[in-house]
Amino acid sequence: MIVPLAHVLILATVLFGLGLVCALVWRSNVIMLLIGIEIMLNAAMLAFVGGSCHWGMADGQVFALMIMAMTSAEVSLALALVVYLHRRRNTVDVDEFRELRD
Amino acid sequence: MDFMELTLFYILAVVTVIGTLLAITEKHPVHAIVYLVTSFFSLAVIFYLLAAPLIAMFEVIIYAGAVMVLFMFVIMMLDLGRPDEAKRPPMRQWLLPLILGGVILIAIGALATSHSTMSGSTGVITVREFAVTLFKKYGVAIEIISMQLLFAVVGALYLGRRRKP
Repeated sequence: MIVPLAHVLILATVLFGLGLVCALVWRSNVIMLLIGIEIMLNAAMLAFVGGSCHWGMADGQVFALMIMAMTSAEVSLALALVVYLHRRRNTVDVDEFRELRD
Repeated sequence: MDFMELTLFYILAVVTVIGTLLAITEKHPVHAIVYLVTSFFSLAVIFYLLAAPLIAMFEVIIYAGAVMVLFMFVIMMLDLGRPDEAKRPPMRQWLLPLILGGVILIAIGALATSHSTMSGSTGVITVREFAVTLFKKYGVAIEIISMQLLFAVVGALYLGRRRKP
């Protein structure tokens, strides 16, 4: 381990904060909101891989792989939902989708 | 050699943070995705530096490849990529999220300055070790993940079908 774990965790935290700001700010575009979630999941993956490298165990990398599989499932469902909502309301603004019934 | 890898890590960290920063402030979704691909590529090299070559490969193939292309595909399909219609959120919407992000940054800054850097083991994780852990220790998780992917496919098909008027 050459890079200190603290620096890896700082980078992961900065990325997580950026993703959080992105997800909170972009209410006018669902796609940018999903991008914010992607950034946050990547930060979590970085923390897992950094820990796995620090303690010399492969478990962290396995969980990074799990996060990746989870993300691909989540993105496919979320984008299908975006297409569905866009077909119904003709917009991607989150504030427009506030009713449960159509 | 150690110094070079350390320098490379800091350069890549700066590239990742700047790429992400440009991606979240960009008003045009297609440009944001291109910035994000840059950021993911440098993150993949960081994973390689952290002794995880397999995860680095998957990052490039799945994240920068498949997921971002899926985003791009949906943007093109819904015709959202028009530069003249895109607009940033107003200034007052940025205020509260920036305060929240600042709290997180201050917290990690305080933690980093108070803690001394821990010295870790210098074990190298080979692909063989990774695979043994994945398929022996976490075999059930693989099954659950594959089921989850199947459900995602079924759900996406259900949501994406065309309803008869």
